[in-house]
Amino acid sequence: MTLNNIPQFIPASDRSILVKFGEEISDKIHQQVFTFYRFVLKKQIKGVINIHPAYASILFTLERNVELNKTLTTIKRSWKASTQTRIPKPRQVEIPVLYGGEFGEDMDRVSGHTGLNRGEIIQRHESGSYKVYFTGFSPGFPYIAGLDPSLSTPRLTTPRKQVPAGAVGIAGEQTGIYPLASPGGWNLIGQTPLKIFDWTHPLDLRVKMGDHIKFISISKEDFDRLKENVT
Amino acid sequence: MSLKILRAGLQSTIQDLGRLGAAHLGISASGAADSLSLRIGNLLVGNPENTPAIEMTLTGDTILFHSETFIALTGSKFKIDLDEKPFSFWDGTYVRAGQVLTIGPTLMGARCYLCVRGGLQVKKIINSTSTHLTSGLGGLNGSILKEGDRIAFGNLEDVIQPLKKIENFPSTDTTIIRVTKGLQWDWFDDQNRKLFFKKAYQISTLSNRMGLRLRGQSILSSKGNEIITEGMPLGAIQIPGNGQPILSFVEHQTTGGYPKLANVISADLYKVGQLKPGDQFQFQLAAFPEAEKAHLEQENYIRSLKALCR
Repeated sequence: MTLNNIPQFIPASDRSILVKFGEEISDKIHQQVFTFYRFVLKKQIKGVINIHPAYASILFTLERNVELNKTLTTIKRSWKASTQTRIPKPRQVEIPVLYGGEFGEDMDRVSGHTGLNRGEIIQRHESGSYKVYFTGFSPGFPYIAGLDPSLSTPRLTTPRKQVPAGAVGIAGEQTGIYPLASPGGWNLIGQTPLKIFDWTHPLDLRVKMGDHIKFISISKEDFDRLKENVT
Repeated sequence: MSLKILRAGLQSTIQDLGRLGAAHLGISASGAADSLSLRIGNLLVGNPENTPAIEMTLTGDTILFHSETFIALTGSKFKIDLDEKPFSFWDGTYVRAGQVLTIGPTLMGARCYLCVRGGLQVKKIINSTSTHLTSGLGGLNGSILKEGDRIAFGNLEDVIQPLKKIENFPSTDTTIIRVTKGLQWDWFDDQNRKLFFKKAYQISTLSNRMGLRLRGQSILSSKGNEIITEGMPLGAIQIPGNGQPILSFVEHQTTGGYPKLANVISADLYKVGQLKPGDQFQFQLAAFPEAEKAHLEQENYIRSLKALCR
């Protein structure tokens, strides 16, 4: 353990504390965030009611009535204990995607921007090695790293009012899946027939922090066969 | 035992004190916007503080009680009558089967709470009944209440002795909202920090339970408008590119990428729940120990009310 691996513990409000591991988005920092995250999920910290992991930090929200400084010390102690734990081998999750056509309305836009044809876009998107850095923003939304930089395409200037659940898109240097139907400004290149988020089992995320993801191009027939209805 | 919505208000939802422990799944707590009023309302009818109630916004509902019960209205005062006779806020009241409670427009703040003895009976999702409108979850079908909705009540067994009388009411003054320094306080120079506290901000009509958009002095960051996405605390004051602050509220996104200049102290969050479009208020800086002291004082106040319920 080297000195620069010690995170900062900063009060974010009188009811929350940020544990900050660094100032960059990297696999190295992600590993530190993930190690502590897994630890506190199993060994809950007294006085903490919510955990918000992100790229390089974890925000802890505190219960009413507990003291800020005392809880900060408890969180520090918990972090020290967590550094002794090991991360298990990541889960490999396959996400079938029907690319293009009515399921990927912005394929032409991505093509125009990247200079790649439809086949090349699919091939490069499929062959990427992806990792879920965390779930945040909205229910079940995975922040996925690993998009081939040649596929990078800026967000739509006017977001769509409604993007269907399961839509797969590109925004800047990120790729992602919409777990629920929602407004959105990502370039849509395909759709998965799988239910990514399920309100009847909200704790069972299909795609979790730390997972490795593989997108697999499927046919319309496969799509119809695999289709899971999002409730 | 049940009640029926004869005429729906502007945005009435079922709320308790929020859905905790799911932020790592991207699900923020939601819950009552003015949690202090909900907690006291429940004590007035002898419910545990976290019992589901109806939160009404700007204009309330007309409600028919199919069964007799004991109710209380807390929060901001709204125009109200029970079978066309006067009805008092912040007081436990018996209603008979067949009586109609008519709640009109607000007379002051944004929200009021209808608490019913024994609680409202709706399905819990991740240990809470709170409606999360942005994601269509919780409460009654994840939605605002509609005409014709019927809600069962009175299923709770652990009811307590109702609180009889309140001597010190929580302050209804929303002209000052206290904040502590936010996570990106040092992204803003002295001049911009001063500007932030100098003049009043106005609540924009684009505000909701997810966030309040503020109109007034633009604030400029000296380090840009995008941070590496990190966790979002309740009450964070974010400064987007246009410089007009956004106050993150009960249905906030669990993570965000705008720099956060300040954060509303927890003891003043209930006041934010009473701010409505057009209202003006000023921010005031508080040190962390002061914020924590205010929090503990508020909790002691609730504890003193609970002690009277025996």
